[in-house]
Amino acid sequence: MSEKAADTEVWTSNGYELVVGLEVHVELLTRTKLFSGSPNHFGDDPNTNIDPVSLGLPGALPVLNRQAVELAMRLGLALNCTIQRSTFARKNYFYPDMPKAYQISQYDEPISVDGWLDLPSGFRVGIERGHLEEDTGKSTHMGGAGGRIHGSDYSLIDFNRAGVPLVEIVSRPDIRTPEQAKAYVSELRAILIAVGASDAKMEEGSMRVDANVSVRLPGAELGTRCEVKNVNSIRSVGRAIEYEAQRQVGMLEAGESIRQETRHWDENDGRTHTLRSKEDADDYRYFQEPDLVVVDPDVGWIETVRSSLPVLPAARRQLLAELTGQTTDAEAVLVVTERGQDEYVLSVAQAGGDAARALVHVKEAFAEQGDDPSIPAADLAKLTSLEIDGALTATQAKQVLAEIVAGNGGDAAAIAASKGFEAMDDSELQSMIDGAISAQADAWAKFCAGDGKAMGALVGAVMKASRGQADGKAVTAILNERRQNT
Amino acid sequence: MSDRITSEAVAKVAKLARLSLSDDELQQATHQLSDMLDHFADIDALDLESVEPMTHPMDIANVMRDDVVLDVLDREEVLDAAPVAEDGRFRVPPILGLDD
Amino acid sequence: MADHKTGDQIPAAATDISWEVRNGVTRAADVLEKYLGEIERRDDDVHAFNLVLTDESRARAAEIDDAVAMGRNLGALAGVPVALKDNMCTRGIPTTCSSKILDGWKPPYDATIVTKLAEAGAVIIGKTNLDEFAMGSSTENSAFGATHNPHDLTRVPGGSSGGSAAAVAAGFAPVSLGSDTGGSIRQPAALCGVVGVKPTYGAVSRLGLVAFASSLDQIGPMANSVSDAALLLEAVSSHDPMDSTSIEQGPLEISQQLDWGVAGLRVGRITDLPEGASPDVNERLEVAFDNLRAAGAEIVDVEVPAFTYGLTAYYLIAPAEASSNLARYDGVRFGLRKDAPDTNAMYMATRTEGFGDEVKRRIMLGTYALSAGYYDAYYGRALKVRRRIAADFAKAYEKADILLTPASPTVAFKMGDKTTDPMSMYLCDTYTIPSNLTGDPGMSVPFGTGDSGLPVGVQVLAPALKEDVMFRTAAELERSMS
Repeated sequence: MSEKAADTEVWTSNGYELVVGLEVHVELLTRTKLFSGSPNHFGDDPNTNIDPVSLGLPGALPVLNRQAVELAMRLGLALNCTIQRSTFARKNYFYPDMPKAYQISQYDEPISVDGWLDLPSGFRVGIERGHLEEDTGKSTHMGGAGGRIHGSDYSLIDFNRAGVPLVEIVSRPDIRTPEQAKAYVSELRAILIAVGASDAKMEEGSMRVDANVSVRLPGAELGTRCEVKNVNSIRSVGRAIEYEAQRQVGMLEAGESIRQETRHWDENDGRTHTLRSKEDADDYRYFQEPDLVVVDPDVGWIETVRSSLPVLPAARRQLLAELTGQTTDAEAVLVVTERGQDEYVLSVAQAGGDAARALVHVKEAFAEQGDDPSIPAADLAKLTSLEIDGALTATQAKQVLAEIVAGNGGDAAAIAASKGFEAMDDSELQSMIDGAISAQADAWAKFCAGDGKAMGALVGAVMKASRGQADGKAVTAILNERRQNT
Repeated sequence: MSDRITSEAVAKVAKLARLSLSDDELQQATHQLSDMLDHFADIDALDLESVEPMTHPMDIANVMRDDVVLDVLDREEVLDAAPVAEDGRFRVPPILGLDD
Repeated sequence: MADHKTGDQIPAAATDISWEVRNGVTRAADVLEKYLGEIERRDDDVHAFNLVLTDESRARAAEIDDAVAMGRNLGALAGVPVALKDNMCTRGIPTTCSSKILDGWKPPYDATIVTKLAEAGAVIIGKTNLDEFAMGSSTENSAFGATHNPHDLTRVPGGSSGGSAAAVAAGFAPVSLGSDTGGSIRQPAALCGVVGVKPTYGAVSRLGLVAFASSLDQIGPMANSVSDAALLLEAVSSHDPMDSTSIEQGPLEISQQLDWGVAGLRVGRITDLPEGASPDVNERLEVAFDNLRAAGAEIVDVEVPAFTYGLTAYYLIAPAEASSNLARYDGVRFGLRKDAPDTNAMYMATRTEGFGDEVKRRIMLGTYALSAGYYDAYYGRALKVRRRIAADFAKAYEKADILLTPASPTVAFKMGDKTTDPMSMYLCDTYTIPSNLTGDPGMSVPFGTGDSGLPVGVQVLAPALKEDVMFRTAAELERSMS
C-alpha cells in the first residue's frame, strides 16, 4: 500500500490522455486569524470579526498565529512532507476584498514540501508543497443578473473572512482520471479532518479545489493547462475535469490551440467558462514580507507534532481491509472508515464476532451512528456468530440487527427466538423447493435449459412459501445442485 | 536625457500602481525616473554573486502569538469612517477589469 | 497653590519638568499653557503642527495634576508635553500623514508609543507636519503646506520629521517623536539645531506607525538636549509582542551613563566617506573629532567601502516597500474616495487625487523595482548591496566603538531650492541612510553653526543596541560646546 501501486487506469479520449494537478485551499481550524486576534468564525454578521490587521488599516502589523503554523505542520507531516524553514511574501494586487492590496502568502519558501498522498486504490499522488496564506474578504455583487459579478450595479464587502488562515496544498500533475481526482480530494478531506486541521466543508468554502487540467498525446510533453475554479463538491471535481478535458480534446481535434487561462466551473450548465483575464494578473511583484520574520521550526517541535498525529485514514483502511479480507478500496472499507466506525468493527472482532459480517452490518445499518456507535460491540459480535453457525439467514440477521439498532443493543439469540427464527432443517427446505419446481414448471424448464435469470422466480417461490425464513444462499445452492443432477 | 526607462514602461508601472498620469506628467515622470536609475547604476559594477540578500535588519525568527481572541473593532465606528457603507458592509462600484 | 512655578520659572528641560511635576513644584497645566502660548504666538509662521490638541492636552494635564495631588506615582514623563509626528496613530484623533488621502481619518486604535507615553504620564500636545507619508527631506511635500525652519523662516526645517524638529526648536514642545526611514529624524534635527535619534531597528515598536518602508522605519526622540532625548527614548522603547520585528529585550538604559565620558572610546573616522558635505559642515565635524580626542577618546581611521552605495540601495528598497505599503489607500475602507463608474477607475481617481507628486514618484519607482523582469536587477540587487553595507559596518565596528559623520551635507537650504530636482533632495540623506539599512542606531547632535549662522549637526553612529555608548559620545559633544 505504501509502495506506488501499478495503477494503469488512464482516461483517454480520441487518443488524448488527461493530466491533472490539484490546488486545494483549506481554512484552518484556529480560534483566530492568521495574523491577528479577531475570531476565525464562519457565518457571523458581516464585518463583526475585524481588527486593524484584517482591515488593512494604516499602522497595523501582522503577528503570526502559532496554532496555524502547528496545524499546517500537522497537515504537512500527514502528507509525508518535509517541514522546512519558511518565509512569508507579499503578493501585490488590487481587489476590493483584499484589504491591504497585498496577500501575505508563503511564496518561494513554503513550510511543507515534497510529500505524497496515497489513494485508497494504492495510486500515489505527489505533493509539491503546502503553504500558509491569508484568506480574502468576501464580495457580494448586487443588482444585475442574480448575484453575478458581470453586470452588477455595485458590490458589498465583508472582511470577516479576511485574514483567516489557509493552507494551499499543491499536488504534482500526477492525476490521470477524474475518478482519481475525486479520490484525491476525498482522501485529502479525510486527512484534514483526521488531523484536526480543518472542517473541510466544501459547501461552506472551507475547502476549495482548483484543478489544473491539460490533455496530451501519450508520451508527448505536457499540454497547455487551464485552471478550473469554483468546483464546490467532490462530485463536481469529476464533472468539471471531465468537461474541461473533453473541451480541450475537442479544440485540439478541431485544429485549435489551448489558451492558458483561468476558467470558471458552472454547476448549473455543467460547463467551464473563461474568467475575465486580469491583464496585470501575472505581475504580483512578490517580495519578502518585511513585517514578519522567518518561521524555522526546530526538530523538537516538528517531532512533537509528528508524534501527536492520529492514525491516518490510509492506515486505518489497511487494518480494516486486512481484518475483513477486503481490498483497501472496497466500498464498505471506504465508507466505514470515512464514518470513523472502523475501530468499532475491530472491537466487534475482538469481542469474538466475525469481522467481515460486522463490516457489512456496520456499513448497511450504522449510517445514522457516529464514530462511536451506541450498540455494544458484543451484541453485534453475537449476531455475526449466529450467522456463521447457520442459525440465522442473512435476511433474518438483518431483521434482528434492525431491532438491536432500534433498541440500542440487545441479545441477538433472544430477538431471533422472539421472532420465531429457527434454522430450517434440510428436509423442510427440500420439500419447499419441490413445491416451487412444480408450481413454476416453466421457470424450472428454462433454468435447466441454462437461463440463469429464471432462478429468480424459483427462489422467490421458496421465499414466499417460507415467509422469508429460508436461507437464500442455501436455496440457490440446492437448485444448482439439482439442475446438475437432471 | 537618459533612456533608462521608456515612457511605455512608466505608463505600465503607473497602471499597476493605479495612478493615472497626463501626457505631460508621463513625460516628466519618465525623465525623472530615468535620471534616478542613471544614478542608481553605480551598483551595476559590484560583484554580488555570492552575497545573500538582506531582507531584515535583525536576524530574528519564530515570532508567534498564541491563538487567543483579542478585541475586535466596533463595526459602526469603522463603517462610519468608510467612504460608502451599506448593510453592514463596505460598498464599492462595480468590479471590472482594468481594460473594460 | 500659589507657590507653583509659572511662566519663565518653568524649566525648559523635560527631565526637570517631569521631576518638578511629580514633586508638586510645577503643575502640568502650567507647563502646558507655556507651550500652548508659544504655539499660539508663532506656529502660524512656523507651521510645525497639523493639529494642536488644545482641549485634549488640557484635560490630560489636569488629570496628571490630580494624580499628583492624590499622591499617585507618575512615570518618567509626568506632565511633559510631547509633539507627535502625524504618522503615528492616535485613537479618535486625526492622523493624516500630511496626505489628502487620509484627510479626516481617525484611527480606531492607538500606536504602542502612544500607550507608552500615556503610561509615562506624558501630555500629547499635537500632531506635527511631515513630508507626505514621510517621503522627503524638507517638509515641503505636505498636503497642508510646508513647515518653516524656526531659525530662518525662509528655509526648510529638513524632513520628513520637519514638524517635530521645528516644534522643539521653536519651543512649542520640550520633546517630540519623529520617524526615521532614511534620516527623517536626524537630518531635520541637524537643520533645526536639536538632538534627533534613530534607535536600533526594533527597539521602539512600529505598531501604529503608518508604514513608509517597513524594514527601515523606526520611531525616535527629538529634544533640546541629549539627556531629554535619552529620557524620551527610554520611555518609549520596549519589546512589543504585537510588532514581530520588535527586539526581545526591555527598555533601553541610557540615562545613567550620560556622564561617563569618552575616555578610551575608539571613535572612527570613515576615510572613504562619500563626498558632498559642504566645507562649513566638514569643519564642524573636525572640531567634533578634536573635542572627543581632547576628552580622552582615541580617533581611529576605518573604511566602509560600501557606504557610498547606500543611497542607491535605499532608493530602491524603500520605494519598493512603500509601493506595497501604500497600496491600501484605495478608497474602499477609509480616507478619501473619488467616485468613478467602476472600482478600478475609483482606485485610479482616488489615488491620483489623494497622493502628492513625490509619493507618486516613489510608488512608481518602487513598483518598477519589483516588477517582473526588473526585480533581480533592482530590488534583488539592492538587497545584496544592503548585506554588503552591513558587513562593511560590522568590520568597521571591530576597530571603532563609534563612528562620526556629518548628519546632513549642508545647513538648512532655502525653501523651493530642491523641489524641482528630486535627486538633489535624495542626496540630503547620503550620511543618514546606511544606519537604516543596517538597523544600527544613529543620532544627530547640534554642534555649533555653519554658513549663515545656521545649525550644524554631527552624526554619531553605533552598532546595534549600543545606544548607551552612542549617547555617551553625544553627551560629551554637547558638553564640549557649552
